[in-house]
Order: sequence, then C-alpha cells, then structure tokens
Amino acid sequence: MSDKTLEIRNLHARIVDGEAILKGVDLVVPRGEVHALMGPNGSGKSTLAKVIAGDPQYEITEGDILLEGQSILEMEPDERAREGLYLAFQYPVEVPGVSIANFLRLALNARREEGDEIGVMEFYQKLQRAVKELNWDESIIERNLHEGFSGGEKKRSEILQLLVLEPRYAILDETDSGLDVDALKVVSQGVNAARGPEFGALVITHYQRLLNYIVPDKVHVMVDGRVVRTGPKELAMELDQKGYEWIREAVGA
Amino acid sequence: MSDVNELHPDAAKLEGMRHTEQYDFRLPEDYFFKSEKGLSKRVIEQISYYKGEPQWMLDFRLRAFEIAEKKGRPKWGPNLDDLRFEDIYFYVRPNEKQGTVDSWDEIPEEVRRTYERLGVPEAEQRVLAGVGAQFESEMVYHKLKEEWEKLGVVFLDTDTGLKEHPELFKEYFATVVPPEDNYFAAVNSAVWSGGSFVYVPEGVHVEVPLQAYFLLNAQNIGQFERTLIIGAPGSKFHYIEGCTAPAYTSNSFHSGVIEIICQEGSDVRYSTIQNWSHNVYNLVTQRAIVEKNASMGWLDGNLGSKVTMKYPSTYLVGEGAHGEILSIAFATDGQHQDAGAKVIHAAPNTTSSVVSKSISKTGGRSSYRGLVQIHEGATGARSNVECDALLLDETARTDTFPYIEINEKTAHVGHEATVSKLDDEQIFYLMTRGLGEEEAMALIVRGFLDPVAKELPLEYAVELNRLIELEMEGSVG
Repeated sequence: MSDKTLEIRNLHARIVDGEAILKGVDLVVPRGEVHALMGPNGSGKSTLAKVIAGDPQYEITEGDILLEGQSILEMEPDERAREGLYLAFQYPVEVPGVSIANFLRLALNARREEGDEIGVMEFYQKLQRAVKELNWDESIIERNLHEGFSGGEKKRSEILQLLVLEPRYAILDETDSGLDVDALKVVSQGVNAARGPEFGALVITHYQRLLNYIVPDKVHVMVDGRVVRTGPKELAMELDQKGYEWIREAVGA
Repeated sequence: MSDVNELHPDAAKLEGMRHTEQYDFRLPEDYFFKSEKGLSKRVIEQISYYKGEPQWMLDFRLRAFEIAEKKGRPKWGPNLDDLRFEDIYFYVRPNEKQGTVDSWDEIPEEVRRTYERLGVPEAEQRVLAGVGAQFESEMVYHKLKEEWEKLGVVFLDTDTGLKEHPELFKEYFATVVPPEDNYFAAVNSAVWSGGSFVYVPEGVHVEVPLQAYFLLNAQNIGQFERTLIIGAPGSKFHYIEGCTAPAYTSNSFHSGVIEIICQEGSDVRYSTIQNWSHNVYNLVTQRAIVEKNASMGWLDGNLGSKVTMKYPSTYLVGEGAHGEILSIAFATDGQHQDAGAKVIHAAPNTTSSVVSKSISKTGGRSSYRGLVQIHEGATGARSNVECDALLLDETARTDTFPYIEINEKTAHVGHEATVSKLDDEQIFYLMTRGLGEEEAMALIVRGFLDPVAKELPLEYAVELNRLIELEMEGSVG
C-alpha cells in the first residue's frame, strides 16, 4: 500500500485472555479521505477504534496496523498519538482539576522537542480558533476536562481536541451518539473544518444520520469482527433503508 | 545554673564572655557546639546556657522536661519504635555566629548551595517580605524588608525574638500550646531552638508572604523549632515555611511547635510544605487561637518524612471566628503520613472548613485523623469536612479517622469522604493525547490536588508540582 495511509491488515484481536472480537479486519484509509465505518451493535467497531489507539485491555493475536507503511503494534498509545493518530472517544473520561487549556498545552508540547514548546500566544490563538469553530464560549477552556460536562459537551470537547492537536489520522468512535441535531451539526462542522489533503478519518457510526453532515468518501460495513463490504457513500443509505439484516444475509454471515 | 565547666569541655572558652551584656553575646569565630546524645536535664541546661536565656525560660524548659517524662509517648497513631532518643543530638549549633545574619553572602558556602538548590535567594529576588532560614537548630539567615519594619512588623528567629521583645514574648509564649498539651509539645518545650517570631501590629496588612525555610542537615539530630505568631487586631498576613532535609542513613527527628494568636478581626494564613528526607520523624503541634471575627487558614503539605503526625488545630474562641484547613499528604514506600485537622468551635456563629487530600503509592500509607468539636453554646456554628484519598496502586493504603463531637443543637456539621483509585481508563485517555504514562499519572495527581494547590502562591504551587513529579518518578514499572 502507498505511504500515505492508515492500513489495517488482517487484524485479529481479543480482550486480554478473552474471546476474539476482531477476526480479520482489512481496511485502508488514505490521508485526505474520510471513511465511514458502520455496522450493528457488537460487530467490533469500537474495539477496532481502541485497538488502533493501543488500549492495553486488548491483545492482538494476528495481523498488523500500519501507519504510513510503519507497523505501530509495538508502540505505546502516546507514541502512536505523537505519530499523528487520534481517537475521539465514545465515552470520554473526566479528569478533575485539569483545565482543558492546560491539558491541551501539555498534549501539544508532548509532540514537540524539549526547548521548542509552543508559545503562549500561539497556543491561545490556536485554541480560540478551535473554540470558535465549534460555536463554543471561550470560558470552556478554563473548565476542567469533562468535569460536569453533558454528554454532548464531552463529544464537542473531543472534536475541539482534534482541531487543536491536528492529527494526520483520526478515528471518531460514535461521536454522534447521544447528540441532538444542533449538537450534531456543530460537531460535524468541526470535523469538516479538519478535512483536507493532509487529514484522514475513520468515522464510526451506527446511523446514517451523521453522514448527512460528514459526507464520507467511502463506507465500510463491519459484521462479526470483519469488514464485509466497502462501497461509495450510497451504501450508507442502502443500509439505512434495508437494515443490517440485509447485509448479514448478503454476505452470508 | 551549675558551673560552666561541668556543662561542656568547650564551655571554658565562654568564660571571658559570661559577664558581657546578656543579649549581646557572641561565640568565638571557630566555635561549634553539639550537645551530647539523648534528652536529659544536663542537655537542657546546656542549651539554655549557650543561648544566654533568662532564668524563666530555663525554668520553663525544665518543667516541660518533667512533664514529658511523666507523660510518655502517645499510645495511638503511627509506630515510633525506631525513634530512639538516646541516639539523637537534641541541640547542634552549625556555625560560628549566634542568631541571624543579615545578608545572603555571610552564609557559609555549603549552606548557601543547599539553599540555592531550594530556590531561596530567587524567592527573595521576587521581592518577598523576608526570608528566615533555619539551618539545623539556629537561624542563620534572616532578613526583613525595611518597609515592613517601619510598619512595626516583627519577623525574627525565635531566640532573637525572646531577646529583643521579652515582654511580648513572655505574654504569649506557650499560651496556645502549653507543655502539658502532649508529649511531643513537652519535648519541644524542653529543648526548643529557633523557629520564627512574628508580630504584625494592629491594622497592618502585609501584602507579600513572610517566608522561612528550615533545613535539617546533620545526621541524628533533632530540630525543635518553636514558632510564635501574633496577629494584632485587624492585621492580615501570610506566613510560609518550607522544610527539607538531605537523606541520611539513620533516623532524624523533627518536632516543632507552632503557636498562632489571631486577635479580633485579623486574617492570618500559615502555609507549609515539608519535604523532609524519608528517615525523619516529623511530629509537630500546630495550633491557632482565633478570636472574634478573625480568620485563620492553614495549608499543610506533607510530602517527605518517614512518619508524620501533624494535625493543624484551630480554636475558634470568639464569635464569628472562621477557620480553614487545607491538607495535602503524599505517602510512598516506607512513609506513613498521619495528618489531619482539629477544629474546636467554642463561640457562636463560628465557621470552619477542612479539605484533606492524600495520595498513596507503592506501599505508602496515609491517614486522615480529624476532630470537629462543637461546644454547647456555640449556636449557629457550621463546619464542613471533606477528605479525599487517591490510591495509585494496590499496595498503597489509606485510612480515615474522623471524630465529630457536637454539643450544640443548632450546629451544622457536614462530613464527606471519598477514596478513589488511579483509573486505567484515565491514563489510557491521556496517553492517546500524547502524554507518557508517568506524565499522565502526574497530571491526574496534580488535578486531584488542584483545589488545594490553587490556594498557594504561584512559586509554591510550582514547587509542589515539581515535588510531586519527583515523587512520581519511577512509578511506571
């Protein structure tokens, strides 16, 4: 495969000492494209997201994950992040007492050499741009990370972080779940702002709804730990109309 | 007093000086004195003699020694078996000069280097009100900015305070913590040396913190500083103390007594972060008496030491008095931080708040031991206690011993305690943002302490963060 991709190759993974969840995932997201990953509950979408990010709860039994041609399996989650991977969590955790601004400055500086820390002005400008993009009040940056946030605010924070950290590849794990239409629009606006030739994304969703706002270049369908079909954006519409049973039958799963 | 020559072989050197003016005596340049090991009447007499103290103070010391002998050590709390008085030097004078020196340059090179590592001169450069530094048992460096002196603010080491302000001293000394109070207060009363003496006159607000540093440097010595702080009516100030000690193989002993008097309408804060090396027994009595409409705030950070027993106490004796206690403890391998707070509501409409945060890791143990007492007649008293413990791994331990005694029907007392464990999901989350595992843990710990840390002046918050990062090093294995 070409250098500018995130490639999942025949990936098998399970919860440490548990049952297999991923059973041979093949998937390629080129930089510059946004792909959707759809599938019924329990098909392994969120597991795939966490495995790519390096969650130690899971172990990989076979296959590989290649970031621009380089295997990342031996990398810790923070190394993967510094290589340009980003995961927007389905359920972002709370970290009491740590403000969003302080946290993001640390995260940005973790990507830079010692002695080359980001300037205070440069940082705040970057942060303010991202806050504006998400129609958010500036005071949000002084709030502690997700402490007392609503579900929708947490999702918005995940996109805020994406805009500030500027990863090369992002995986969005059900960023749309639990959002009303207005919040959905704002979050989509943020993701679309990140789109460009240097940014690739895998947008995991259960519903076609999100894809009205974030129009994917390709759609992958996952069933029982495998990607069973890949197609153009219209595949999402078809799934929405016919339901996941249809695809199960179509692929004989 | 008995014959000088019986006290110490070197005492003869003092002969020529015995009859000089009592409060102006100096030792020969090359003089160095270390008491014999152990606690005895003889050692106490030596201390008093070398300090050139008035008779009443020697009498006080000897009475305190008798009280200590009678009382014996406390039967509760951490294990103190390895603290053997017979191995301890109760008094050491480190350099040739008695009392304080006025300029940084006069301090011996070696001592200065240690202080520079602690950032003391930098602190001074930031126009701090004054820095007193206690090296072993005597203050060696002390300076108070002229502007405060003009306002009548007194900030001296306690020995000099006794000499220069004998009446003020005698009026308040040992009125807040009498030697009868507890065993270690009695020991301190018998052998005390150094500490800070602070008096802020009526209505005077000192805008920048008064700061002192204590350093324990010789092996097997005890440090028994005695701090006496008086806030006259309507005064307002913040006193800060840092404590540290290099590591030695044998156990050292620190037992201070801090007495604070907050007179009517005054607003006094006392902050300390102790980072004693992990073989120091740190057994301290700190107490404030808070009069009508006055306010007292303690910030107590315990990161170092082997065993700490420290429960900043606030006695709210005047109507409308307010007390706040913020306490931080960090216990790692071999450490037992037994810290907490005591608040006594003895007057109507008194209010108090206690926030305690402890962190324990790799076998460390932290305990919160607290008492809230509401006396009958303290109508409308309110108190709120919150203690949160964070455990960083399976081997760490935490306990909570909250005592609440309410003898007044109209009182409101709230108590909340939480214990949490370091969450793997939080760490994973922070790592996916690019932070290393250790950095992620340190960030979670800092966030946990944030409600307390943000009460500190900036340079102390920075120091606290740095100390926590040091404690966190090697946590990932």
